[in-house]
Amino acid sequence: MPTSAQEHREVSRKITYQSELDPGFGEHIAKMAYGEKLFSCIQCGTCSGTCPVSHYMDFTPRRIIAMVREGFRTDVLNSLTIWLCASCYSCTVECPREIKITDVMYALKQEAIATGVYPKRFPVPVLAREFFSGVERNGRNSEGPLMVKFFLKTNPLSMLKNASMAFRLWTKGRLSLFEEKMRTPGVVSTLLRAAKQAGGNGK
Amino acid sequence: MLDPSASNGTPRIGFYICHCGTNIAGTVDVKAVAEYIGTLNGVVVSREYKYMCSDPGQELIQQDIKEQKLDRIVVASCSPLLHEHTFRTATEKAGLNPFFFQMVNIRENVSWVHTDPVAATEKAKDLARAAVRRVFLHKPLAPKKVPINPAVLVVGGGIAGIHAALTLANAGKHVYLVEREPTIGGHMAMFDKTFPTLDCAACILTPKMSAVKSHPNITLWTYSEVSALEGFVGNYKVQVKRKPRYIKEDLCVGCMECVTACIFKDARFPDEFNVGLSKRKPVYIPFPQATPQVVLFDPETCLQLKKGKCKQTCIEACDRECIDFTQTEEFKDIEVGTIILATGFKPFDPSKTPYYGYGTYPNVYTALEVERLVNASGPTGGEVVLRDGSHPKAVGIIHCVGSRDEKTNRWCSRVCCMYSLKLAHLLKEHTGAEVYNFYIDMRTPGKGYEEFYDKLLKEGVHFIRGRVAEVTDWAMDAKEEGKLIVRVEDTLIGTVRRVPLDMVVLSQGLEPRADAQDVRRLFNISCATEGFFLERHPKLAPVNTFTDGVFIAGACQGPRDIPDTVAQAGAAAAEALALIDAGHIELEPNTAFILEEDCSGCKSCVPLCPYKAISFLEDKKKAYINEALCKGCGTCVAACPSGSIVQNLFEDDQIFSEIDGLLSELAVSGGGRL
Amino acid sequence: MTYRYFPGCSLKSSGRSYEESLLAVFRALEVPVQELDDWNCCGATAYMSVDEVEAFALAARNLALAEQGGNGQAPQLMAPCSACYLVLLKTQKYLAQHSDLDQKVRAGLTAVNLRYDGRVQVRHPLDILVNDIGLDRIKKRVKAPLAGMKVACYYGCQIVRPFATFDTAYNPTTMDKLVAALGATPVAWPLKTRCCGGTLTGTIPEVGLRLNRILLGEAKRRGADTLITVCPLCQFNLECYQDAIQRELNANVSLPIVYLTQLMGQAFGLSDTELGLQRLFVPAARPAVQEGGKAAHA
Repeated sequence: MPTSAQEHREVSRKITYQSELDPGFGEHIAKMAYGEKLFSCIQCGTCSGTCPVSHYMDFTPRRIIAMVREGFRTDVLNSLTIWLCASCYSCTVECPREIKITDVMYALKQEAIATGVYPKRFPVPVLAREFFSGVERNGRNSEGPLMVKFFLKTNPLSMLKNASMAFRLWTKGRLSLFEEKMRTPGVVSTLLRAAKQAGGNGK
Repeated sequence: MLDPSASNGTPRIGFYICHCGTNIAGTVDVKAVAEYIGTLNGVVVSREYKYMCSDPGQELIQQDIKEQKLDRIVVASCSPLLHEHTFRTATEKAGLNPFFFQMVNIRENVSWVHTDPVAATEKAKDLARAAVRRVFLHKPLAPKKVPINPAVLVVGGGIAGIHAALTLANAGKHVYLVEREPTIGGHMAMFDKTFPTLDCAACILTPKMSAVKSHPNITLWTYSEVSALEGFVGNYKVQVKRKPRYIKEDLCVGCMECVTACIFKDARFPDEFNVGLSKRKPVYIPFPQATPQVVLFDPETCLQLKKGKCKQTCIEACDRECIDFTQTEEFKDIEVGTIILATGFKPFDPSKTPYYGYGTYPNVYTALEVERLVNASGPTGGEVVLRDGSHPKAVGIIHCVGSRDEKTNRWCSRVCCMYSLKLAHLLKEHTGAEVYNFYIDMRTPGKGYEEFYDKLLKEGVHFIRGRVAEVTDWAMDAKEEGKLIVRVEDTLIGTVRRVPLDMVVLSQGLEPRADAQDVRRLFNISCATEGFFLERHPKLAPVNTFTDGVFIAGACQGPRDIPDTVAQAGAAAAEALALIDAGHIELEPNTAFILEEDCSGCKSCVPLCPYKAISFLEDKKKAYINEALCKGCGTCVAACPSGSIVQNLFEDDQIFSEIDGLLSELAVSGGGRL
Repeated sequence: MTYRYFPGCSLKSSGRSYEESLLAVFRALEVPVQELDDWNCCGATAYMSVDEVEAFALAARNLALAEQGGNGQAPQLMAPCSACYLVLLKTQKYLAQHSDLDQKVRAGLTAVNLRYDGRVQVRHPLDILVNDIGLDRIKKRVKAPLAGMKVACYYGCQIVRPFATFDTAYNPTTMDKLVAALGATPVAWPLKTRCCGGTLTGTIPEVGLRLNRILLGEAKRRGADTLITVCPLCQFNLECYQDAIQRELNANVSLPIVYLTQLMGQAFGLSDTELGLQRLFVPAARPAVQEGGKAAHA
């Protein structure tokens, strides 16, 4: 929050017109997340209160649910919130309406990636997508190579910062430099393709 | 009364179909139905009219009965629950036995549930035809009159029971007020002040309590419970178990010398009235204004009663010789005509929500504990001293504990917002601390309630709209050390906040009593899914139950505040008075009866009756149905292996003719319409 | 009864000492364990972030593998990594509850000649140790009771949320009871299940480091000599970023972070290398009384 009275401050305008909203967004996300209870949200704020990272989010989990219900598609999918969620499930367990908020967050992540609407250089979705393609290829995840790819795509300089930790891990035998593979890696891509194709394009 | 046997076998039927405005006529072609029914055998008159239940509508029936010498009436309109009584009365006024009337529901069962007018009309014709065939076989019946005993039993001596008892006693009726605890007063006696007026609860309650004690028409039995009940409306036989106080009640004057003299020099046992915040001795009076003003001995902690050996210093100290350790349970049998249940509620137990820290952190309190804490005759004399001896500078009040939560109770407990405001005011007044109310919604619907909220806002109490997930003691900086921390989203301001507190108050919700199911079985009423007693109709009959003669009042029916409780108690008293002053009650004659000659004495029916109306006569070896208890459910009729139980208004041939009436058209047309 | 064992990707690299100590402890307790043949990654949180059906299908393959063979008893699949445990358990529950999802996953499994019948029981080693093997058997195996050691038990999120199958979500106690059985003193602290941030330490350090600073700081404040955990990512976060926390947040949070099974192995008198203790960044804490001597039972 700006503190100095001498800082140059500009007046900003914030109003939302109905035409900007996507009225079916709430239903769509609710269906994806098996979350019809989404609509029972009383906006109590328990989720935000218990979420360990809610104070870093641009929109708290409670606000996200309200925005999903009302169709604020662009704002929600562009938010950092859905990527900050660490899936600790505290919100899901505490919610007095038993809304599966974590599943809603996953649905939003999936929707964001599927529609290409998300902060592209934000580290979290980058990691998710790298992990995803790595496992699809090899059947297993290799932490070392994954982290290298991740840093190259987000912030190559931070590789230097982490170099000493990587070295220590390697000396203690805790770092895999090569890609772990299954005996039959092709099995995973066959499996995934068949599951994806069954029943059309999912929900 | 017109005698149908005088019309040479074929009855003369009048058929009337109601438009009900457009409710029925909008979907069903009422003219066509009237025309069609007019062609049936036995139908002398067939009319359609806009509003049959209106005066002109009823007069139509009465005129036709007189002029056309009708002896059967069929009306096709709405649900019998609404107007069966209306039309039966109209029939009776015209001189015809009201049970020669049959009603057909073509609104709730046809026009309100079907959209295809052609099919709906055909269905209406079928149902009307069936009724016409059935009504051929109706018999004249007379409702049974049962006298009402004017005495009333009120179960529960809280504010609801007290008010109901006083109202009835002032009307000149005799009331037995039975209360399980050693004193009347209920939860209200434990409160400090009441919202929104901040009246002292004891000051407004105790005059009513002593009025109860001194009223000549009230028999007050405290420390007593109803142990057995049988009978039916107007004629209940009740057994009351009086638990032993080990004191001769009429001799004790409450001087409390025995308490001072007790072998336990210090009080050692949790004091129930102060919710465990202070201690009492085995012999005690619950609170200074307890009514009756009589001590009692706790058999679990009194050495004489538990172990049989004590110096009995209490007996030495009592100069009126009231103490009697040989007392046992006493059973009293009484007869009453009506019963009012006012058994109250149970406060939600916050050990079910361990994340709020109750029991883990000493300075987390329940609302009821705080009522005692701020009360001048409470464990700390009204000074807010915490369990660790400190005085709080920051107090948090958490709303909705055990309410509005799928994991505990789904409902809103209605009074917590108001009492949370009240406690905020009292705590601020007593301590000068910063007070924070953490709420989801502020529910202030009653008279003066919103104004009370405004008063609190003006007093500078902090209102943070955010439901608390956890009360914890992990501190993020030095200022938070040693405090109870609440991390919450302030949803209105739009930020996550951490609020360090010295004291946390949990606004616990209201639940049904733990033994609500046992009580409702004893009194033969129902509970709703949440466990509160079930009213007959949520809007139009909130104090009646489905059992005639048993009424409910107050928080046992659902969470409610004192004004509504008193109103309900008055309403229940009025309902009881209505029965008593009418002197008798008319029972619907759709009861079952046994054909004695056919009964084989197999007793299959006896355990089936949900209303315990069937008994077995040992001398005759036949079953017997008590008409007054029978509700006409038909279970025994269907179950009797020898077919020797018959039900008025639902005799086999009546039902079969109705079925024939439904199917006859199909048989003729070869089932083409199906 | 043999436990089918799903190590997960982490236990073969950053969490290697978890596998080493787990297998050593189970060997010491004479409980047979058999690794699933040619298992695949469970998907963790990353897969579910991209595609739901694929995520469930990926995890389901391991469930199907676990059901192969066997003697008619419900196969027990042990998943030591808490994230793997949750993913497998959630997959099982969601497949049972949602038939359209189940159909798609089955199509995938059929395509790779596998079938899944819902018989397998997904278990976490903490559950197996306390509820199947039992504290008595564990106590008997203790040769060097960890007298005087104050241990903060860190459960993390995924073994108690959202499915609290073997312990309560608020204030769980199974690990504490186990620690007491080893002769150590479990520390009472309120952050037993507060999230360590998962991958956030790597992706968004300003968030991840702070979450771990809170956990480490509170454990130290409550007097813990060591913190134990049952998840490789939690262990990695809590241990390997202590320097970064010191650097970026100017907080001294040095504390040994070991796996539950490493602590158990110490109490059983197993060697350091058997337990992978040499792989730790911060050396493991030792009890005040080192050698066994009197095998005092707690």
